[in-house]
Amino acid sequence: MFLSMNWISDFVDFEGLDKLELIRRFSLSTAEVENEIFFKGSDISGIVVAEIKSVEEHPESKKLHLLKVDAGDGQLTDVVCGAPNVRVGMKTAFAKIGAKIGEIEITPRALAGYTSYGMCCSEKEVGISDDNSGIMDIKEEVANGTDIKDLYEVEDIVFEVDNKSLTNRPDLWGHYGIAREFAAIAGRPLKPLETADLSKYDSLKKIDMKIEDELCQRYSCLQVENITENVSPVNMKIRLYYCGMRSINLLADLTNYLMLEMGQPMHAFDSRKVEKLRIKRFDEAFTFTTLDGVERNIDENTLMICNGDTPVAIAGIMGGLDSEIVDDTTTLTLESATFNAVSIRKSTVRLAHRTDASMRYEKCLDPELTVPAIARFVKLLQDIDSGAQVVSSLTDERAFEYDRINLAFNKSFVDRYTGISIDNDTIVKTLTSLGFGVELAGDDFSVTVPSWRATKDVTMKADIIEEITRIYGYDNFDIHTTATPLYPVRPAEEKTVEDRIKDILVKRFSLHEAHSYVWVYYDEYKALGIEIEDNVKLMNATNPNIEVIRKSIIPTQLCQVKMNNTFAPDFGIFEVGRVVEGYREDGLCNERKKLAVSLFSKTKPVQQLYFELRDILLTLSADIKHLPLDFAGAKVLHNYEHPKNLNTIICDGKEIGRIGLVYPTVLKKIEKKANIVWAEIDVTDFSAVEAGSIRYEEPSKFPGIEIDLSFVSSKFAPIGEAVKNANCALIKGIDVVDTYEDENGQSITSRIYFAHPEKTLTKEEVMDVVNGIIAELEGKGIALKK
Amino acid sequence: MESKIALVRDEFASELAKAENSADLEAIRVKYLGKKGPVTELMKGMKDLSNEEKKTFGQKVNELKGELTDKLAEKTAFLKEQEILKEIEATPDFDISMPASLGEGSYHPVTLVQRQCEQIFKSMGFAVEDYAEIVSDYECFEALNIPKHHPARDMQDTYYLDNGQLLKSHTSAAQNAIYKKYKDALINDGVPIKAIFPGRCFRNEATDACHENTFFQMEGVMVDKDISISNLIYFMKTMLSEVFRKDLKVRLRPGFFPFVEPGFELDISCLICGGDGCPSCKHSGWLELCPCGMIHPEVLKAGGIDPEEYTGFAFGLGLTRLVMMKYGIKDIRDLNSGSLKTLTQFTDDE
Repeated sequence: MFLSMNWISDFVDFEGLDKLELIRRFSLSTAEVENEIFFKGSDISGIVVAEIKSVEEHPESKKLHLLKVDAGDGQLTDVVCGAPNVRVGMKTAFAKIGAKIGEIEITPRALAGYTSYGMCCSEKEVGISDDNSGIMDIKEEVANGTDIKDLYEVEDIVFEVDNKSLTNRPDLWGHYGIAREFAAIAGRPLKPLETADLSKYDSLKKIDMKIEDELCQRYSCLQVENITENVSPVNMKIRLYYCGMRSINLLADLTNYLMLEMGQPMHAFDSRKVEKLRIKRFDEAFTFTTLDGVERNIDENTLMICNGDTPVAIAGIMGGLDSEIVDDTTTLTLESATFNAVSIRKSTVRLAHRTDASMRYEKCLDPELTVPAIARFVKLLQDIDSGAQVVSSLTDERAFEYDRINLAFNKSFVDRYTGISIDNDTIVKTLTSLGFGVELAGDDFSVTVPSWRATKDVTMKADIIEEITRIYGYDNFDIHTTATPLYPVRPAEEKTVEDRIKDILVKRFSLHEAHSYVWVYYDEYKALGIEIEDNVKLMNATNPNIEVIRKSIIPTQLCQVKMNNTFAPDFGIFEVGRVVEGYREDGLCNERKKLAVSLFSKTKPVQQLYFELRDILLTLSADIKHLPLDFAGAKVLHNYEHPKNLNTIICDGKEIGRIGLVYPTVLKKIEKKANIVWAEIDVTDFSAVEAGSIRYEEPSKFPGIEIDLSFVSSKFAPIGEAVKNANCALIKGIDVVDTYEDENGQSITSRIYFAHPEKTLTKEEVMDVVNGIIAELEGKGIALKK
Repeated sequence: MESKIALVRDEFASELAKAENSADLEAIRVKYLGKKGPVTELMKGMKDLSNEEKKTFGQKVNELKGELTDKLAEKTAFLKEQEILKEIEATPDFDISMPASLGEGSYHPVTLVQRQCEQIFKSMGFAVEDYAEIVSDYECFEALNIPKHHPARDMQDTYYLDNGQLLKSHTSAAQNAIYKKYKDALINDGVPIKAIFPGRCFRNEATDACHENTFFQMEGVMVDKDISISNLIYFMKTMLSEVFRKDLKVRLRPGFFPFVEPGFELDISCLICGGDGCPSCKHSGWLELCPCGMIHPEVLKAGGIDPEEYTGFAFGLGLTRLVMMKYGIKDIRDLNSGSLKTLTQFTDDE
């Protein structure tokens, strides 16, 4: 919303004050002012009123005229002018030699053989409208040579406030409400609005009007006729233009002017079309043409203004084409009303049509504004067109009472909330200047909230704090820390685990952390041939590519691996993120926090890569939980999983994740010449596992003994198990030192370490145990190689 | 005899001068000081001398022996040093300017900035909370004083799920749970609630270089008996000065958020120009950074805390925005792209 300082100055005397500083303080105390401030009229100078004394056709141009103008300097000046509306006796805006219009300085200029000593200007050139159809036609009786800036309010300071920062302030949607803020900030009084006295029309007939639906909170109306003026005064047009509106005709301009001044939208009907005003909803949907000529679908929830049963306007949004004021309109009915804000807002959403009026109604307008707005309208109208006559009495109906709000608090409440001490006088003065009724007894305040703040904005004591402090100025606050006792803060286990996982993966394994989205990517999955599995869905995704929430990070991570397939021959990425594994029993989403890791390599064999990933997982578990991991063969659950080497990951007996390879077709689409392995673990489950502890055993001071045994076996697991089953305290560890193939098949050479805490071991002392291990394995058909 | 000693000394000196390595030295030692060497010979030759001569001559032979032993040791040490010097000489000069390949891993930039913020708040006694991404309408709106049909719901276009839950549109959605978690300690034991909760948020909007449907925020709350606006400004100024590691100016402007009253928009003095005005702050000298305010009484009530007795402040820091400011990232979408060209640049930043 654009705001004019001239307009605001109608209501507050800023004499002796720096207006720019006030605007800056407005930004800090009320609502954010956009950075760019417009100094209207500052870019023109030397433009004066001049009278055209003679007009001659240009001998060689159909468009150009040769003028002699009187610019009040006691001589006639030759001007070549291309405007179509030149005529003798017309007064216009004239840029003299030396005048400036923006970057241009007016100099004598040859035009088709004649020299022009100045330029007649259009409203657009003066900067007061976008009308460039002809030069200005000044109607005022004013001496030639008068500076245009002395004649009209060309000069103004215009600033913009983002509508979003006014959502909670229905009172700030017009200049008068803004002026109230400026008055409070400047410490100057706010002048009352000049209005017509409507009581003198009380004896006139009432308008046939009835609110039939409580969504209309208040409806005030008045009939006026005999309006002969059609054009708005220039200064009114300038203000409208500076505030972003175009002048249309006097009546339309006046309703817009009123809206910009008081924040109250108004509408003028042709009285013939609204003989029986009814405000109501319809039981069935229908179509309705608004005055912009658009046919709109109206449903049973939309409040309508009607003539009997014929709809004539969408309440609070836009008038109808059929009831618009037309050339032969003699009597008009002025509407000034308040409607239920939520209803208007929902209607604008349904109609997908937001107007300046509906924008204001959505904010819960002050219902006390309807009558003063009409009184102000009549005053402005009669000032411009003294013949205009009011032909009805004010007809006003309420279907709603807002709460009259009274708030009681004391100074210590204010002190406690602010943390500083603001004296009682300042509090009283501030609240009074904002229109609050204030009574002070000792340190106890009793505050009445004015109607324009009471519809939703100020309802409780904390709201009053804001009123006091924002005008006091947050820059003026003495700031200090709190005086609260100290207590230890224990970090959340899951957060700690997450941080440690990231540190180990980045610092030790040089992996790269990535983020991906929480939904599946339709297009990217399709490109890789990854099935989109049914899961929880977004109801209102505007992008159909992202409708389904992911069950696992792995597919989105594989998409990222593909995207990076030329980044480096080897890399690993990981993500700690959320997935949803369907619904829980109570119907809520089963949200899980997962760690996903993928390793990509164009140089390493797949088995090496797979073991690297396995060792990463083992390290995480050993480091964070002091626990080993177990792996157990798993069945394919997702179509990107390779059926071979697919394992579940088990920690402390609980399944916490999966590790595997990528299904060949998917792998080939990611990168033909690379190997990829992936693993995913449930971070919540992993962090919930109770950590093992470090168990210290004093190392033996005596030499131990190593026994190497080769078995014909393709798997290490049974060997490890047999060693474990030997349950011998002297066994300190086992390694695999070699694996090889010969005519017997694959063999594994294991080295078993023995040590005794108190003596040097001999081979004979461990042979019983070794033979037991050999016997157990041979019992399972695993032969010892001699 | 005297001349014999002189001869041995001269011969030894000339041979020692020629010695080039430890083998030469060993040969010289055996030759002159060994059992069959001239020193032993001289000793043996003394048996025919008178006692007086024995005394004089023996002393001289002993002197010779000591002298030869010392010289040999000296030369040994010298040669050793020479060998070390030779070894040093033989060590090549490495070209330290050769390009390096560290193979460093990398953190997501959000992780780095989030950790810095967490660290600052931890040092001030705040707990770091973790919260779900999928929440209920109650958590995200109702408990925050945003009833149905409130225009504030329009301001945050929310992703709704088919079971009625939604993707949280702001970290404030965790507030209610945090209050409920800590209120007993507050009310019964007087432990103030001090918590931050970083998390991922979602908005249903079209994406471009400045807009993302998925981004990170960090919410913070503090509740106790006498928390004031003055405290709020102090904490925001301190925290942000720590984050940016410079003494920042902050300013508050009224801002409307249903879950705070009064509510503020907090600006910091421009990081580039320090407040004088430059293109990156659009010549205002200020950067809008973070909404904050005193927790709305209805929000405290919904969390089981009596607003007559307790007050508190809350703030919502745009972590993603902070990341972009800190590292000069121009396109917000780079953060979720998974592009390693972007991500691998963010090694540890502490």
